[in-house]
Amino acid sequence: MANVDYKKVQQTLAAAIVLIVAGIVAWLSYTREPAEAFLFPRYISIAFLVLSIWNFVRAATGMALVGRGMDLGSAIWLAPGLAIMTIYIFWMAKYLGFYVASTLTFIILFSIYDPSSHTSPRTWLARAAITIGFMAIMYGLFALVLKVQLPRGLFI
Amino acid sequence: MEFLSYFGNVFEPISFMLLLGGTIGGLILGATPGLSPTMAVALLIPFTFHLAPHQGLILLGAAYTSTIAGGAVSAILLNIPGAPANIATALDGHVMAKKGEGAKALHLAFMSSAVGGVIGVLLLIFLTPVLAKWALAFGPSHLFWIAILGVTVIGTLDSKSFVKGLLSGCIGLWLSMIGYDDIQGVQRFIFADALTGGINIIAALIGLFAIPQVMEMLSRGRTITDIDVITVRHQSLLASFREMISNMKALSIGTITGSIIGIIPGVGGQIAGLVAYDQTKKISRDRRKFGTGHPEGVIAAESANNAMVGPSLIPLLTLSIPGSPTAAVLLGGLLIHGIFPGPDLFKNHAAVAWTFIDSMLIGQFLMVIFGIYIANLAAKIAQVPRSILAAGVFILAVFGAYSVQQSMGDVHVMIALGVGMFFLEKYGFSAAPLVLGLILGPIAESNFLQGNLIAGAQDGPAIYFLTGYLNLFLISLVILSICFAFWTTLKVNRLIALSKEAE
Repeated sequence: MANVDYKKVQQTLAAAIVLIVAGIVAWLSYTREPAEAFLFPRYISIAFLVLSIWNFVRAATGMALVGRGMDLGSAIWLAPGLAIMTIYIFWMAKYLGFYVASTLTFIILFSIYDPSSHTSPRTWLARAAITIGFMAIMYGLFALVLKVQLPRGLFI
Repeated sequence: MEFLSYFGNVFEPISFMLLLGGTIGGLILGATPGLSPTMAVALLIPFTFHLAPHQGLILLGAAYTSTIAGGAVSAILLNIPGAPANIATALDGHVMAKKGEGAKALHLAFMSSAVGGVIGVLLLIFLTPVLAKWALAFGPSHLFWIAILGVTVIGTLDSKSFVKGLLSGCIGLWLSMIGYDDIQGVQRFIFADALTGGINIIAALIGLFAIPQVMEMLSRGRTITDIDVITVRHQSLLASFREMISNMKALSIGTITGSIIGIIPGVGGQIAGLVAYDQTKKISRDRRKFGTGHPEGVIAAESANNAMVGPSLIPLLTLSIPGSPTAAVLLGGLLIHGIFPGPDLFKNHAAVAWTFIDSMLIGQFLMVIFGIYIANLAAKIAQVPRSILAAGVFILAVFGAYSVQQSMGDVHVMIALGVGMFFLEKYGFSAAPLVLGLILGPIAESNFLQGNLIAGAQDGPAIYFLTGYLNLFLISLVILSICFAFWTTLKVNRLIALSKEAE
């Protein structure tokens, strides 16, 4: 267990996912009708599948040298940010409205990844000021200048 | 000399303000590490919806040119290239700045950028109409092979891995087929409601270029940017100009190298700067001084990466084949205004095309004037903490993707593609061939189907697509690009294996 090559495992896993996608694309291209509408997709899916198999073999045999994969430390740091981004897009923007949701997302992301003190009231004040300033610019640009109708929610 | 009659459009108040804003904004964005020129241009596209087509293109063109030049500021003052194109600039530029010659390095960088940029745009002006006339003779089979060539060249030359580069191109081609088939009206690969109308190019571009960079910044955690900015003290501009003129060899090599590399689809500014630096070093009398703060290094690298900008647009404007990821983003900017580049562009939209090109020429001069004076400010802005940059770029990406069609579906597609691309990049896949596949897919498919129809009435598809001088020439270029990349991969793998054995 001590000699597990995590880079090779990750490369193989990524190559397997791409291979599965290529397989699904090829299967859909060759099983759906009318054939004329799927003529070009069929040619492309063959190239996609052949290259995916080649890529998978290279990864499984340890020949895939490009791409370092993800280390655990980076994945742990990324997880909360990715979760917030997902919640914002699929839930907060819909129910709270774009501007409120964006303000909350900005300050949460900024605060989580900000290396400055998290106990000092001054840094929190600075974060709040930067967030308000940024959102004011976004409001000015999108609502006043570009006149984009953004989805309204519970608040605005 | 048709281009001369459209200079007036650039000096219209709104157009000129946009050119000025795009240049200054581009210089600041370019100086900010972590924000690539392609991403900056992609994020600007939503702001062009409400502008006239020529005004929108002026903004995008100014941002494209000046973000590459702006990258020199952080390369010289912070030793962090603002864009991959500025890697070679940092080698001598930062050493010059540490020696107290920061202003001279910046002067040389911006002046040689402008010289390279002007020559590059002049090539664009004089070569584009000639090639456009030649391209009028192209039929569907030729355009099909050109689209395939665009994907294979960028897939093989722009990627570190030959297989993964081509695979990225295939993924892009497949993504381009999602939605309704244009001819039969049949649904293809629609897995969610958001995909019914196909993948919106602008939302996809924002997602593919902005989201992976945001995620990369987040994955680094709470990093403190403890970089020392070297403050620039005033120095004589005239002395720097004399220095540039006295290094005419470096300036010429940089400009010629950049112009040639720019025309080749997929090669890009990063390679232009490094190749020019290397070539200048090889023939310089002071080759040992390279890397120790030698002005020739800065001049060669910066003239090359800006000379590349104009010629990189030639395949886009004549054949609607974007030669680089940023050119692909510009194509998106053209398409949203209903302008299809290609041989007819200079007939149907002469005013838009020439005003855009003229603005790029004037933009080179604005870039020198403002670049030199806002370098200190740009370097300070470049130190904005990653936490603010990541949060800001993410919110801007969401607003931008939504405003394309006022659809949350586009935002979902944008985030899905962006997250997917982040993980693909971690395993050696590349965004550039994927984007090219996504953009060139419809061009390849429509020409393939048109060619099939014509071939049905003639001697069959094999004869139609695989014979004729031009078809054979284009097919041999496709094969050559694949073989060259395959050979390079084998060579690199052998070197890696040898170095492992040596260890």
